[in-house]
Amino acid sequence: MTAQVAELSAVDLHEAALELGDDCLVLSHRLAEWTTHAPELEEEVALANLALDLLGQARSLLSLAGEAEGRGRDEDRLAYWRDDREFRNLLLVEQPNGDFAVTMTRQLLFSAYQELLYERMSSGTEPRLAAIAAKGVMEARYHLEHARLWVQRLGGGTEESHRRMRRALDLLWPYTKELFEPTEAWVRAADQGALPPLSSIEGSWRQAIQAVLESSHLEAPPFSAWQSGGRRGRHSEHLGHLLAEMQHLHRSHPNASW
Amino acid sequence: MPPTYSDESRELAFQEAIDSDRTVEPRDWMPERYRSTMIRQIAQHAHSEIIGMQPEGNWITRAPSLRRKAILLAKVQDEAGHGLYLYAAAETLGVERRELTDLLLAGRQKYSSIFNYPTLTWADVGAIGWLVDGAAITNQLALTKTSYGPYARAMVRICREESFHQRQGFELLAELSRGTEAQHEMAQDAVNRWWWPALMMFGPPDAESPNTAQSMAWKIKRVSNDDLRQRFVDMTVPQARALGLDLPDPELGWNETRGHYDFGPIDWEEFREVVGGHGPCNLQRISVRRAADEEGAWVREAARAWEGRQQGRMSAA
Repeated sequence: MTAQVAELSAVDLHEAALELGDDCLVLSHRLAEWTTHAPELEEEVALANLALDLLGQARSLLSLAGEAEGRGRDEDRLAYWRDDREFRNLLLVEQPNGDFAVTMTRQLLFSAYQELLYERMSSGTEPRLAAIAAKGVMEARYHLEHARLWVQRLGGGTEESHRRMRRALDLLWPYTKELFEPTEAWVRAADQGALPPLSSIEGSWRQAIQAVLESSHLEAPPFSAWQSGGRRGRHSEHLGHLLAEMQHLHRSHPNASW
Repeated sequence: MPPTYSDESRELAFQEAIDSDRTVEPRDWMPERYRSTMIRQIAQHAHSEIIGMQPEGNWITRAPSLRRKAILLAKVQDEAGHGLYLYAAAETLGVERRELTDLLLAGRQKYSSIFNYPTLTWADVGAIGWLVDGAAITNQLALTKTSYGPYARAMVRICREESFHQRQGFELLAELSRGTEAQHEMAQDAVNRWWWPALMMFGPPDAESPNTAQSMAWKIKRVSNDDLRQRFVDMTVPQARALGLDLPDPELGWNETRGHYDFGPIDWEEFREVVGGHGPCNLQRISVRRAADEEGAWVREAARAWEGRQQGRMSAA
């Protein structure tokens, strides 16, 4: 290691891993909520696959966040013992499942983002983040493909599915600006080459989404009342309920192991 | 002109083939009753996998560690996979998955009654893995030698995954049993509630089992209900000891003469109630399935419409 390559500080690595890990943890939870309610059996399997991939990523990232922090917090300590103001995920991923159109739209918007992010992260300067991203990018690609196919089917399917897709886009589009608003820790991580600058992937993301929407006979809403704050711990009302359910059993037995 | 055979002579030849342990394959001639029995049994098994996702799925969003959450999610996903696989096996007999689903939703085909009991605590996830999957494996191991080829082969694959699930359930309970006092109690309570229903999974006693004789002759069923039940008890008692948990039966004890464990009388009245639709969760389980089916209808319709249009475009090109 040479002196002129400044290393990512432990604090920033902790923050960055938390931001990325919380996205995965919360979205995985949402997808798992579909269990036994999916529109067909094949989709039960597929949604569980997505949820499992993201849960795996969440575990790696939260473990890394805990190690970087050096206060002995492991993945479960971070997942189960933080309150919503301490969660760093995007507002997009905590939005309720809604109907299948909402779920697939959310997945399209997020997976397109995650794929671009992981692709660049995998050649980043922080080896542990790069390793997680290198594995995750394959998964993100599959998730994106799955979501793209469904958005096309629903957008170009029936009148009803088309109407539901437009409603889903209206509902979720306001949360897309936040995808490209970096926190201070992110900016520093980008300066060190550990994470890509978000401005560097925004254009590709817009192009990718635009192409899918066009082939699905859909378009992005012309105007949105942008919402952000998740990365700084200002969430929508929905996250508190999600965490209440996720954390209650674990917290009811504070000294237990499972 | 090819020779014609009467049904009677075909049936004799069929029975001979069965007696010499040949498997029946989809394109073979088979008696209508064999076909319908097989369809009913495979469908029932497939439905059980799908309905069985509900009691365990109930705990995915509350799983107390991320590791356990991943294990449970993967398990429930396996069940969906088993369901798909079994419906495909049933389809080799000339029915469609959709017809079978409709029969389930209309209450005209059954699923394993065990899933009409609720999962009240996290320990129930372990008890289902250990006892319910344990009983299922006992049953299914016998079915790997069943006479219908596609079903027998499906069982081989499913058994492999089920025994993995059973070990995970055992391990979950072991962790609880040697954990805090509250965890131990949770585990014991779950075992108390799941033990008897698990014994009922093998069906009524042989003397009262109406389908057994014909199914045995056709080698659809290779071991009787009571024999399977005994196998399960013999296997499970030492495991309970290893877990440090009690089985809720004061009459349970080793019988030197028989070389088996004796166990107390099963409450068949409860069994009949639950099979008859009056268990704690019968209505709930089916209504969840119906709701998923109804709410997913527009999605499936959109996929069909889109598919149709794609094909139209391809043939126009």
